[in-house]
Amino acid sequence: MGLEQKLGDMGVVTTSLEKAVGWARSNAIWPMLFGLACCAIEMMSTQASRYDLSRFGMELMRASPRQSDLMIVAGRVSRKMAPVLRTLYDQMPDPKWVIAMGDCASCGGVFNNYAIVQGVDEVVPVDVYVAGCPPRPETLIEGILKLQDKIKQEPLKKWQ
Amino acid sequence: MPDTLTSLADLSRIAAELGDAVVETVVAHGEITLITTRERLVAVLTWLRDRQQFEMLTDETCVDYYPREPRFAIVYQLNSLSRRLRLRVKVFLSEYDKVVPTATGVYAGANWLEREIYDLFGVTFEGHPDLRRILMPLGYEGHPLLKEVPVTVEEVAFSFNRRRIDSDKPYVRE
Repeated sequence: MGLEQKLGDMGVVTTSLEKAVGWARSNAIWPMLFGLACCAIEMMSTQASRYDLSRFGMELMRASPRQSDLMIVAGRVSRKMAPVLRTLYDQMPDPKWVIAMGDCASCGGVFNNYAIVQGVDEVVPVDVYVAGCPPRPETLIEGILKLQDKIKQEPLKKWQ
Repeated sequence: MPDTLTSLADLSRIAAELGDAVVETVVAHGEITLITTRERLVAVLTWLRDRQQFEMLTDETCVDYYPREPRFAIVYQLNSLSRRLRLRVKVFLSEYDKVVPTATGVYAGANWLEREIYDLFGVTFEGHPDLRRILMPLGYEGHPLLKEVPVTVEEVAFSFNRRRIDSDKPYVRE
């Protein structure tokens, strides 16, 4: 029923468990809402109808860390916000990934001062850095596709 | 827009009535400033609010005039809604005695503004009901808007020093 009728007899596909799990994980990432500044506007635009992030299996932006496995840090993180960011990261269930979206989250950007964390990698381990101030939605989607490639290649021993 | 001439006439009358509480009056760019002393500050603000209808404290802030002594100035921006007048009141403070009486008894809105000045400049407000940091994290050390605090926290990276800066960066491990 269903798929066989549309595509015909697909026969048997063999693959390794690693690849199958990686494929499943990479195509159903649920990002957590972490909009901190102007980058969040581009993140919303990425999700909305014109760029349509749901084409890549991530239409559900969760407002709760318990239900998400990707944290998109969109915007500058102040020193006061840093412990909050770390707490939310710790609350996310494994496996989890982090994208530092924009220059401020990646390295502090233009805010080289006392108030802003100089790169969110001082607080949480970052998988993909997306450059731009703010990055266009295409750039963020490129970063997410890069992350999907990374997840697909994750070896068995990294599974927790 | 307030009438400058009216303001000037008002200023001289205000200064005359306050007597020796006014150290100096300055008129620049059509704006009037009244410099007072720490001891008479609360009395001056109370008098301006009750007798001159300066009902509103628009802003309270601090200036660090570093090599100069007295080094700090606490600035009160007053606004009279009923008379359409603005007035700036200044108090100068020494670097070695950064204490000023609180204005929260006169203008309740001064509470958070004074917490911000305490947080960023380290000026203590005597009699303030809740003098804690407001912008920086509670564990933060120092007062970041003082002139001796460096403007940047991280060296700017070029190709010749990028590797060293990167090796010094406190990256987290999983």
